Parts: sequence; C-alpha cells; structure tokens
Amino acid sequence: MTDGKSFVEIRHAQKSFGKLEVLKDISLSVDRGQIVGIIGSSGSGKSTLLRAINDLDPLTGGEVWLDGVRVNQTLPHRAYEKHINQMRQQVGMVFQHFNLFPHMTARENVSMAPIMLKGISKDEANALAEAQLDHVGMLERIDYYPSQLSGGQKQRVAIARALAMQPKLMLFDEATSALDPELVEEVNQVMRKLAEQHMTMIIVTHEMDFAASVCDRVLFMDQGVVVEEGPPEILFKTPSQPRTREFLRKHLESAK
Amino acid sequence: MDFELMLKVYPFFLEAAWITIVLSVLTAILGLICGTLGAFARLSRFAVLRFLGAAYVSVFRGTPALIQLFILYFGGPQIGIQLDAFEAGVIGLGINAGAYMTETIRGAVISIDKGQREAARTLGLSQWQAMYKVILPQAARLMVRPLGVNLNMLIKATALVAAISVVELTYTAQRYIGSTYKPFEMFLLAGILYMIIIYVTGRGVAWLDRKVQIT
Repeated sequence: MTDGKSFVEIRHAQKSFGKLEVLKDISLSVDRGQIVGIIGSSGSGKSTLLRAINDLDPLTGGEVWLDGVRVNQTLPHRAYEKHINQMRQQVGMVFQHFNLFPHMTARENVSMAPIMLKGISKDEANALAEAQLDHVGMLERIDYYPSQLSGGQKQRVAIARALAMQPKLMLFDEATSALDPELVEEVNQVMRKLAEQHMTMIIVTHEMDFAASVCDRVLFMDQGVVVEEGPPEILFKTPSQPRTREFLRKHLESAK
Repeated sequence: MDFELMLKVYPFFLEAAWITIVLSVLTAILGLICGTLGAFARLSRFAVLRFLGAAYVSVFRGTPALIQLFILYFGGPQIGIQLDAFEAGVIGLGINAGAYMTETIRGAVISIDKGQREAARTLGLSQWQAMYKVILPQAARLMVRPLGVNLNMLIKATALVAAISVVELTYTAQRYIGSTYKPFEMFLLAGILYMIIIYVTGRGVAWLDRKVQIT
C-alpha cells in the first residue's frame, strides 16, 4: 500500500507504557516541504509522537511511513537494526537538551556520522563540517568543545550535526525549551532559514508565536489525542474546541 | 630497631618487590580483560550473558580471594589444572580483580546520559558504533579513578599469594623473619616498599585522570 501516501504518514498510532495510554489512535500526514507544529501541555504525548517517527519510542500499535517505506517494521533483530539505521539516516532530530557529544569538538560532532556512515574522506568531512557550521553561524567556533559554548550555540551545532546527514525530514523536540530567553531567537532564526529552504519539519514546541510564524499547520494535542488541527491563523485565533481555547488562554497568561 | 639489619636485607626485599610489581601488572592486565568481558556480558541484550556476568561478579566478590587461590592452586590438580604458584597467583587474583572491575566498567557505561545514545542512534549509528564512538570514550574517562581504586586493592591483594608460596614481598618478609627473628623490622620494610609502589601507582592514576579530561 504505497498509493496516495503522504511523505510522512502516521496511521492509528497507539502507545502505552503499561496501563498508561500516551497515544490514542493518532493519524497524521505531512507532505514534502510542509512544516507542522505540535503544541500541547507536557504529558500530552507530543514528544512521544515525535519520537515514534524515527522509532526512538516504538509504537505499541499503528504504522509510521516515511517516503513510502514503513518505518516501524517488525523484523528479526539484525534486519531491524539495518533497516532502522537506514531510515534514521534520513531523519534529523534535534533534542531539548542538545545531546552534543562532549568529547568531540563542534567539527567532530558534525562530521562523525557522515564519516562513519557515508564513508567520506577526511577532507570531504572537513568541508562538510565547515559548510554546515557556517550555515548555522557557528564557523568561528568550529574547534570548540560543547562545554565552551552557550546553550544557543550548542543547539545550533546540534542542528548542523543533524543536517550533515542530509536528512529528508527534521524533527525538533522542544529545541528551545532549555534555553535562556535571550538565546531562543538565534535558534529560531536557524529554523526559519530551514523553512525558507523548504525542509520538511515537524516541530514540537511551547512557543506559540514561533509556531504561528513558521508552521503551515499546527496540531494541538491533549491526553494522547489530537484535539484540533489547522492552519496557525485559525488554530491560534479562532480555535473551535474548548480544550484548545483553555490551553491557549492558560499559555497566554503564563507568558505574561 | 635494627636499622643495620634492614639495610643489609634491603636488596633482597627490592628483588621481591619487583616480583610483586610484575605480579600486579599481570594481574591488572588479566583483571581488565576479565572486567571488560564481564561488563559487556552484564550489559548484553542476551539474558544468558547477563546472568553469567552477574554470577561471575557475585561468586568472585562473594568469597575470600584467599579461598579462590587455594581452590585453584591446591584443588586445581585434583580436577586436572596444574599451575605453578606464580601462574595460580596471577590467574586467581586476575579473575578476582576482574569481578570488581566488571562493576566499575559497567557503572561508568550506564552513567552516561541516555541522550548520548539517542543522539548517536538518531544519526543512524548502529548499537556498536554508538557504543565505541560515543559511549565508551566518555565512560573511559569516568573509569580512570575507580579503576585506580581497583588497582590499589589489587596490589595489596598480591600479598595473599605468599600463602601459596610465591616469593614476593610478603613471603620474603616471612622468610627473613625465620632467620633473623625480627618481625617488626621485616614487616615494616615490606610495608614501606608496598607503600612506595602504591603511592607511585596512585600518582600515575591521578596523572592519567587529568590527562584524559575533556577541556
């Protein structure tokens, strides 16, 4: 069944941790070049959904498809490993806490995976690291270790690291939530730049303004279901569901 | 105190200290090999290996090293294991030290933030690639000091092989007491030499620990 399938397609995603059901039958499709935002309070399941896309948190039910290929296949261990490593090379992921490799410089963080997985030469790897770090405005810090960088700088290196694998899809898991307020904008700028380059992105975020300005579509999740979805100008301005209104109202209050 | 006697027997004690050092180095190498294998077994995704790793640790940490040495050296021939005293000492102490090192190495590996593995895996690295490019280089830095503690204990444990008559420092001290009747001087001399060995080793570990830290 590859007919009429979207670029990213999630069908009847279901996920339980023991008795706790964190995702309840969620379906979602994302077209190539689309930018989808996922908002919701913590514990709503939005990060779990994002992490299911590259099978980092495997679903207990349902299907994830990327570009016509089923991601969460049930395979013998070795075959699954081979398959999932192949899939993950096509999906970049950015974490709330950066997860940069502390024993590697920015250059090494960015070039390590392409060297290991694409077998590129040292010169090519250096050129790649320089290009990617330049892209996020971190070229002048290329030989710094993560401990020598600010949060915003770390996150920009982490984005460059993901982009160096030339992914088809980028996943952002609250990329700016751990940053000091004054460092958020530099990361948002990098993400805006990616949006202009028509990168397909799924962005879990707490920043409504940012979601409103870059996303083509926004999903509001609560208690494991998608309560409402639509273009940001509608979802944020005239939400139809009471739960969405409640969430946005609370969020606006806490932002003041 | 008979300083003159201590000075007279001192060269023989130095020779014996050299045996203690060789014994310690060989034991440490064997211990590291056993500890690495043990840690990988304990971290394996196969339940059988995890069980074997856990059993290894609890058996060898749960019984006195002296009993382990006696079983190997005195009991070994009964089940077809013929070792001379030095070999039995190295193998017995090495396997014993490996049980402690298993826990040290495993502890360092599991203390690495799980986000590190996740970041490596999302880039497409295999489990093994994530382990040796991302987890182990960080864990190795954390291991230096606790492995130094294991090494300190291992050096002191080499005194046990005197009981199976390996001519190392403790055995030599006992032998000279037999001819001089001066236990205070002989054990003191042995103790001083142990302390020098351990002090130098400790400095070496501290140096290595500083050397490997990330800037």
